[in-house]
Amino acid sequence: MAAERRDERERTTRARNRALLFVLLGLVALFYVIAIVRMSGG
Amino acid sequence: MSDLPSVAVGGSQGAAVGDYVQILKPRVMSLVVFTGLVGLVLAPGHLHPVLAAVAVLCIAVGAGASGAINMWYDRDIDAVMRRTMARPLPAGRMNPGEALGFGCVLAVWSVVIMGLAVNWVAAELLALTIAFYVFVYTIWLKRRTPQNIVIGGAAGAFPPLIGWAAVTGDIGWGGLALFAIIFFWTPPHFWALSLYRAGEYERAGVPMLPVVSGTRETKRQMLLYTLVLWPVTLAPWLLGIAGPAYAVCAAGLSLLFTGTAVQVWRDGTDRSARQMFQFSLLYLFLIFSLLLLDHVGGGRW
Repeated sequence: MAAERRDERERTTRARNRALLFVLLGLVALFYVIAIVRMSGG
Repeated sequence: MSDLPSVAVGGSQGAAVGDYVQILKPRVMSLVVFTGLVGLVLAPGHLHPVLAAVAVLCIAVGAGASGAINMWYDRDIDAVMRRTMARPLPAGRMNPGEALGFGCVLAVWSVVIMGLAVNWVAAELLALTIAFYVFVYTIWLKRRTPQNIVIGGAAGAFPPLIGWAAVTGDIGWGGLALFAIIFFWTPPHFWALSLYRAGEYERAGVPMLPVVSGTRETKRQMLLYTLVLWPVTLAPWLLGIAGPAYAVCAAGLSLLFTGTAVQVWRDGTDRSARQMFQFSLLYLFLIFSLLLLDHVGGGRW
């Protein structure tokens, strides 16, 4: 039971870390695109 | 794995990604995004499509941030209401501090990005919307007065105005007309819900109108607000941002909305209130869809 709970917690943490990674990568891409558009006078 | 970060709450597995999404109130967010987008499309002028997408994203994130902070503050009353007790905070899946921190980070992020990428008028309006929802509605009015959702409803009415300001850089009459539609739509929408959830609101100590003034008075006010919506929904036509086809359809929809309020007035059961609540969502969606359609079709549909 305790092992199951530990596995479940590990899975949740891993999923959260992955989501955070995607969000950070998304932010980098977003800032890049905004910078390009603003520099081109958009 | 005893050295896991201390994010687990009350012996649970810690908040999952889905919980973070849930505290952003995605259903409310979808309506906010849609009305904000309509404000953006209807506004005179041009905004680069990428910046328009960023503006919509910021409106969505700002709305989500407000929702997260609202869930943090209201976790005590959410725990006693059947409709909200499964939310991540009352269910013990998320730490209150996590929700507050998440909401604050998103709030600041959305305002700063709106300002840097789009313009600072839209950013200020977004900041005002978040502050209004958190401080005026959630913290001040919600637990104190039955007029909570009348005044607090302004927070939900800001998104089309923000969309408008994102394009024009100021607050135009057209944006204010869109604001007014949602502002006057909110009371009958929420009171329809509170009519059949009155017991839960009473248990939670939230002074919704049916709890304080009774169902008869609530139904009377709902009917009055649907009548006010007649001229208000025609305002975009009178201001020249929508054509006569929109006006005819909007009048028809308002007639139906008033019809549902009359049914609620006559009906002693919860059934018509539930129907009115469902129809109110459809009503707002259709009014804004018509505005969009009218604009895209140039009033020729």
